[in-house]
Amino acid sequence: MPPQSGKKPASSRKHPIRVLIAKPGLDGHDRGAKVVARALRDSGMEVIYLGLRQTPEDIVEAAIEEDVDVIGLSLLSGAHMTLIPRVLKLLKERKATDIKVHAGGIIPDNDAARLRKMGVRTVFGPGSSLEEIIAAVEASARPAGSSH
Amino acid sequence: MGGKRPSRTAAVDRLLRGDRRTLAKLITGAEAGSPEARQVLRAIYGRTGRATVVGFTGPLGVGKSSLINRTVNFLREKGLRVGVIAIDPSSPFTGGALLGDRVRLERREGDTGVFVRSMATRGHSGGVAQGTRDVIRLMEAFGMDVIIVETVGSGQSDVDIHDVAATRVVVLVPHLGDDVQSLKAGLFEIADVFAVNKSDLPGAMEAARHLKEMVTIIAPRNGWRPSVVESSAAAGEGIVELWKAVEDHQRFLREHHLDAKESGERRATEVSDLVRGHLQTVLRDLLEHDPEARKLMEEVADGRVDPYSGAERLVARISKTSVGAPR
Repeated sequence: MPPQSGKKPASSRKHPIRVLIAKPGLDGHDRGAKVVARALRDSGMEVIYLGLRQTPEDIVEAAIEEDVDVIGLSLLSGAHMTLIPRVLKLLKERKATDIKVHAGGIIPDNDAARLRKMGVRTVFGPGSSLEEIIAAVEASARPAGSSH
Repeated sequence: MGGKRPSRTAAVDRLLRGDRRTLAKLITGAEAGSPEARQVLRAIYGRTGRATVVGFTGPLGVGKSSLINRTVNFLREKGLRVGVIAIDPSSPFTGGALLGDRVRLERREGDTGVFVRSMATRGHSGGVAQGTRDVIRLMEAFGMDVIIVETVGSGQSDVDIHDVAATRVVVLVPHLGDDVQSLKAGLFEIADVFAVNKSDLPGAMEAARHLKEMVTIIAPRNGWRPSVVESSAAAGEGIVELWKAVEDHQRFLREHHLDAKESGERRATEVSDLVRGHLQTVLRDLLEHDPEARKLMEEVADGRVDPYSGAERLVARISKTSVGAPR
């Protein structure tokens, strides 16, 4: 018999939101990615930190193996219009479009709008607060009652 | 493998066919203790137990991940398929975790013979995550020949890898302390193989010599004296020797019929762990949802009930409500 007000079954432990943080491309500025990774960790998420110079193929494979809810990409190289669409395309090919993509870095407004149209959830520029980022990640990872 | 096999679900079929997303999702389920994952684990159980499971443990920063990276590449060259489970701690405060072991792993792009999964300890102490055994089985059913488990950077008594892996590699570096440290109970006792990593550093030869001396004065466990190898993950040295030491240990287990004995012991431990896990879930649910239990906890918190009586009454409450069918 389950405990009295057993609205949840006594089975599944709670599964924290899992996020992959990666830097595609060749720039070596990972401070922002690390600050974001740390902030997401402190908000209770499991953050898989992939680090610098990752190809879109590496990133998508890691996201699938780690079964993440969200991918966060940090780019400061200017190559975002090549690399981010490639990540989205690979996710589609692997039938993994349930994994949400957010991006951050130096991304001009026009490009940000195009990326959002392609399916990127949010594009964070300089000056974005950590609270905003955490809230956006949470909202995209947990659309009402989607626990796996 | 004899016995009745429970009905095969679609997930089992996809796993056995080597579908990577299915494996990843089942690992998530196993970590969370989901009934679906449990069903798959029951179904595949009879197919598992033959993969080579090797644990890598040792203190923080000794180079476990880098050594595993080299070992994985070495095993891939031999044509073996390798699963890696890399465990890092969860924060006791927020439950969050930063899982950073993948940074060290360099893989050939598109290589499907490797599957890496990072796990957070989620409140489990002892150096491995709850559900590690399940993930090992899932990876084996998926088709991996070798499964490497990397523990959290271990302290002296994080020895649970002993209950999970047949061969334990304890990774050390020079200058971790004098040779008396190596006589203490705990970490040093569970080693089948010692790897003195960063062998390019001064003091490595001495450290290896101390260890080699130490293994001659401690009583061998089940007749096995741990081997000592020097390695440098950075330079890629000592990997062949390390793997040979692992294989020697595995052969020793087989030749002395210890593999069946030890895996039997591990299974017995697993049952206790499963029951303990179940009781923990029951307790947590009780504390979250049962008004009487919550009231009791409040009374303990403000000092009206002492902790001993509180615990006794809670145990009584648990046996009354639901020790029921394990999930």
